[in-house]
Amino acid sequence: MTTRYFGAPIPRNEDQRLLTGRALFVDDVELPGMLHAALLRSPVAHARIRKVDVSAALQRNGVVAAYTANDLGAFWQPGPLLVPPPPIDGITFNLRTNAPLAKDKVRYVGEPLAIVIATSRYIAEDALADIAVDLDELPAVVDLERALAGGASLVHDDLPSNISAYVRQTKGDYAAAARRADRIVRRRFHYEHGISSPMETRGVVAQWDERSDQLTMWDTTQAPVFVRNGLAAMLNLSERQVRVIAPFVGGGFGPKIMMFYPEELLLPWAAMKLRRPVKWIEDRLEHFVATTHERGQIHDAEIALTNDGRILGVKDVFLHDTGAYDPYGLTVPINSQCTLLGPYVVPAYDSTFTAVFTNLPIVTPYRGAGRQHGVFVMERLLDIAAHELRIDRAEIRRRNLIPASAFPYDNKIIYQDFAPLSYDSGNYEPILDKALEAIGYRHFIEDEQPKLRAAGRNVGIGIVNYVEGTGIGPYEGARVQVQANGRVSVATGIGTQGQGHFTVFAQIVADQVGVDVKDVDVVTGDTDRFHWGAGTFASRGAVVAGNAVSEAAKVVRQKILKLASEYFECAEEDLVLEAGHVSIVGVPGRAVRLGELAMKANPMRGAVKPGTEPGLESTQYFGPPGGTTASGVHAMIVEVDPDTFMLEIKKYVVVHDCGTVINPLILAGQIHGGVAQGIGNAFFEKLIFDDTGQILTASLADYLLPTSLDVPRMELDHIATLSPLNPLGIKGAGEAGAIPVGPLFAQAIEDALELPRKGIELLEIPLSPGRLWELAAMAAGS
Amino acid sequence: MDIDQHRISTAVNGARHTKTVESRLLLSDFIRHELLLAGTHVGCEHGVCGACTILFDGLPTRSCLMFAVQADGHEIVTVEGLTSGGDGLNPLQQAMHEKHGLQCGYCTPGILMTMTAFLDANPSPDEAAVREALSGNLCRCTGYQHIVDAVLLAAERMRGARP
Amino acid sequence: MKPAPFEYIIARSLDQALAAKSEYGDEARFLAGGQSLVPTMNFRLSQPAVLIDINPLDELSGVRDGDGIRIGAMTRYRTLERDPVIAATQPIMLDALPHIAHPQIRNRGTLGGNLAHADPASELPAIVLALEGTLKVRSRTNDRSIPAREFFVGALETALRPDEMLVEIVLPHHQSRTGACFMEVARRRGDFAMAGVAAIVTLGDDGLCRYVRLAFCGVADRPWHADDAARSLIGIAATESAFTQAAELAMGAMDPSGNVHASGGYQRHLAGVLTRRALAVAVTRAQQGHSRSSRGH
Repeated sequence: MTTRYFGAPIPRNEDQRLLTGRALFVDDVELPGMLHAALLRSPVAHARIRKVDVSAALQRNGVVAAYTANDLGAFWQPGPLLVPPPPIDGITFNLRTNAPLAKDKVRYVGEPLAIVIATSRYIAEDALADIAVDLDELPAVVDLERALAGGASLVHDDLPSNISAYVRQTKGDYAAAARRADRIVRRRFHYEHGISSPMETRGVVAQWDERSDQLTMWDTTQAPVFVRNGLAAMLNLSERQVRVIAPFVGGGFGPKIMMFYPEELLLPWAAMKLRRPVKWIEDRLEHFVATTHERGQIHDAEIALTNDGRILGVKDVFLHDTGAYDPYGLTVPINSQCTLLGPYVVPAYDSTFTAVFTNLPIVTPYRGAGRQHGVFVMERLLDIAAHELRIDRAEIRRRNLIPASAFPYDNKIIYQDFAPLSYDSGNYEPILDKALEAIGYRHFIEDEQPKLRAAGRNVGIGIVNYVEGTGIGPYEGARVQVQANGRVSVATGIGTQGQGHFTVFAQIVADQVGVDVKDVDVVTGDTDRFHWGAGTFASRGAVVAGNAVSEAAKVVRQKILKLASEYFECAEEDLVLEAGHVSIVGVPGRAVRLGELAMKANPMRGAVKPGTEPGLESTQYFGPPGGTTASGVHAMIVEVDPDTFMLEIKKYVVVHDCGTVINPLILAGQIHGGVAQGIGNAFFEKLIFDDTGQILTASLADYLLPTSLDVPRMELDHIATLSPLNPLGIKGAGEAGAIPVGPLFAQAIEDALELPRKGIELLEIPLSPGRLWELAAMAAGS
Repeated sequence: MDIDQHRISTAVNGARHTKTVESRLLLSDFIRHELLLAGTHVGCEHGVCGACTILFDGLPTRSCLMFAVQADGHEIVTVEGLTSGGDGLNPLQQAMHEKHGLQCGYCTPGILMTMTAFLDANPSPDEAAVREALSGNLCRCTGYQHIVDAVLLAAERMRGARP
Repeated sequence: MKPAPFEYIIARSLDQALAAKSEYGDEARFLAGGQSLVPTMNFRLSQPAVLIDINPLDELSGVRDGDGIRIGAMTRYRTLERDPVIAATQPIMLDALPHIAHPQIRNRGTLGGNLAHADPASELPAIVLALEGTLKVRSRTNDRSIPAREFFVGALETALRPDEMLVEIVLPHHQSRTGACFMEVARRRGDFAMAGVAAIVTLGDDGLCRYVRLAFCGVADRPWHADDAARSLIGIAATESAFTQAAELAMGAMDPSGNVHASGGYQRHLAGVLTRRALAVAVTRAQQGHSRSSRGH
């Protein structure tokens, strides 16, 4: 078998369509008679609903329908629990989910109150102003600590408090570790991750064909199979009557896998009721409240160390803002809790979190999915310890790395996939060494920095570690089939939002089956084409679906060899698969086109033997026993203007281990994109709410995404410790770039401005020039 | 209330279109839903993200900040007009393909239009000039590096191809 | 976000435009570049009943060196960036123009539209105020000349009456030995300034400051001139400590309210930093002969 494509930087199969403007995104769907929806969203964060009266809206020319919660009848119900909490002892979890339209109470600005359907979006928006709404405002819960204080307004008044969940996980004995410690560093950290803000917002088009009793839905979802299953159940249809298509999607990053968003339920319901297709496209203003967020945590954390910087234990108590509802369970805070441990030996760990309801939009995973928060805490504790113990920041990390001989390394606590947090493989010290070399750490600290400082320049360096549990189950599947025309079709249930699945899956198949990578057609995200699977999330697409594709391709390869050996009457070992043909080694002129072989495998006469299948096709599934742990190091040199506190990144290095690499060009793109989002999170993007729960940063002029002038050129390097948990040895890479950037900024800026010497510590993300000035001014004043 | 409508005639990718449009119809919506040229994408409708960038009388322009009525008598080029049909890619598109300058592809048409005009006026840019020219187009997937590589490669090839 | 309905009138002549504005008053807005107006309409923050499209009015566009530098209100930023008269006589504009949004916006946006929109964080109002420009305004029945210091009356508010259109901006010629500098600090290139300053210094033959202007954007509800700070430099040598003193006076006299990107304190701090830096550059440019006056002084 050749490996012409696997591991090669192949340019993508999907580019042609995207570059010429011929790729179908959800708003490109145009159907005869299509109507347009707009949602009336709560203007206040917390209120009892007295009245929502759509009668005036119905009078407007061009308005076809308008619905409130009461119009939905039996269809109205709070949504399902999407991800159950892991089986951890002593857990408290209060499930509260949102309904498609609010009924008695609204709990966040943006919660849908009504839906209007009209002949154009313009008219639908006009009609929103016609709807009479009577709300009795209640005090809004916005601050996490005040939410838990006595007398706080209750987001869910059938609960005794605003606690969504309480989880404690421990390993070892932290109290004993603290007693033994030479030094304990204790701080409070604030970490806010922002919103995904993909360039394409969400959208849904629903079409009900009453003659065939079929519902078709185009949806920007990362989980079309789950959406199909849930919708079918809710609409009293069989799964075969529902087709969910995730077309080209303009960026997902996590929030597009939140499921049963109100619009995903209301649109098909309305399409069936009105017997006309209906389209809803989220506009940018809506996106700030209607699509899920990640937001903040407050950590009171401490680390117990020996004088030579070895970690004896970590204790962390944190609050997690889950928003007004918690349908997605505890994925985000569990990831924070688990990923805090990082690549380090932490003999004792005591971590407790309280997830808190607030009158703010729902929090669900966004690229990194809570890992950022945990990594920030650990990396900052190590930096502070390094300063207090007078140990170099890279060195203190080195001393605590899990050694290469210690894998699989069992951290014992439970991870988001319900399995114990076991790191399957890894080799952390070489990654640190490569990063230090690439950034020129020694030379910078000993030579460049002193020189530049003497010239009045404020330059600093940072280096941070992280690990990432990727490639979790439950499973994915793929079907590979050789067509009569010699092209190979691949179908899998996950969706694609730019990760290059049309290429990486083609690379896997092309090598196995001996065709050109361009002759492999991949379909993702269409439940009619493949109807089992979970979705694209948690850095698992390449790992789980990739391995399923590989298994299916291997079976197809076996079928090709078996059939060809019968056809040529020779041994399978004598056959070679190349350039879309099967031929016999050393016998030129004896070859058969794959397509022809496929036709022979589906005869019009004769017999297909019992126990075999027609065609050259196979469907296989892959379910990993647990997540596989990727890891990496980021390093950065910055310069900070000491007067304005504006910052320039002079150099940025990523060294990464994601096991086997299918396509290094696509991998590099994923890392670049992740780092860019990390830079946005660290220094530019800040969601600001006032104390009534109003969002003050609801436009792209206020919520600042990094531009080409804000993201530097990056240098990337890799090592590969293959995962033993899947045949291809792959680990996920989708979120890696985004995870450690916050603590990297904090460390590098502290170094550039010599803040620790001035008694200033950066214990929060996001930072900004203005915030740095404030902290410096406060320290100068005190 | 009567809808305020106007008859407009505009050249789009070299073809003349005459349509009756409501005055408030945004140019971006006109291009996408009246002319069915869906390659131009909408990202924000407040002029920040650049996804909707087209060439208006040859200059890169945010189509979400114009009304269709303003296009009467003017010329528009969209991403579909960069290649004259068929399966070819022009040098900039080809370079974007080779350098992996797109992931989800949603911001890509706007970037192609902006960079087409930029390279026309600046055939020998350095990286800093490319990044500056690109700064009015937001991308959430790529981190920009491969896009910059693609533009520099395209510039080099286009210079080489000049007679 | 789709705009509310409006009636669209395309003006084929200035008279037609003024007649329509006279008829509809505040219910009508002029559509010039649209780069500030249309976003507010898409957000439905503004819902004019009538839009009068003045883009066809070529007579409102262009730069002339006559009795002062005369810039038509419909002159687009892109034109200003490339205009040789601007480059020669008002180079401070070239400091500011690259900071205004992005090229795509500058291809459509106009000087007049920017000034009439009067965003307090916008660069050009501060520059026009620093330059002591005059805004020529016309209605169907009347012409007025409004000095810049009287034109900007509040956040997004100007002295324009409901029936008036801004038609021309007149900037006086610089004296010889004048240098000007505009600087700002924004979160990203093209964003609104958290603070910005336009500094103009004319040096006497004795090398002392003879004339100083110091106007800020982003620190008040309108472009703001630091009278005391500017005055403090007259008749003295242009030294770093003089700049620092001017900066302190400016900082003391302003009361920025802060916004989502910057606290008031940080804005004030930036204003001080920019004052020192911009004055230093302006003086250097004055010494090197920054701009020419057509009078040949």
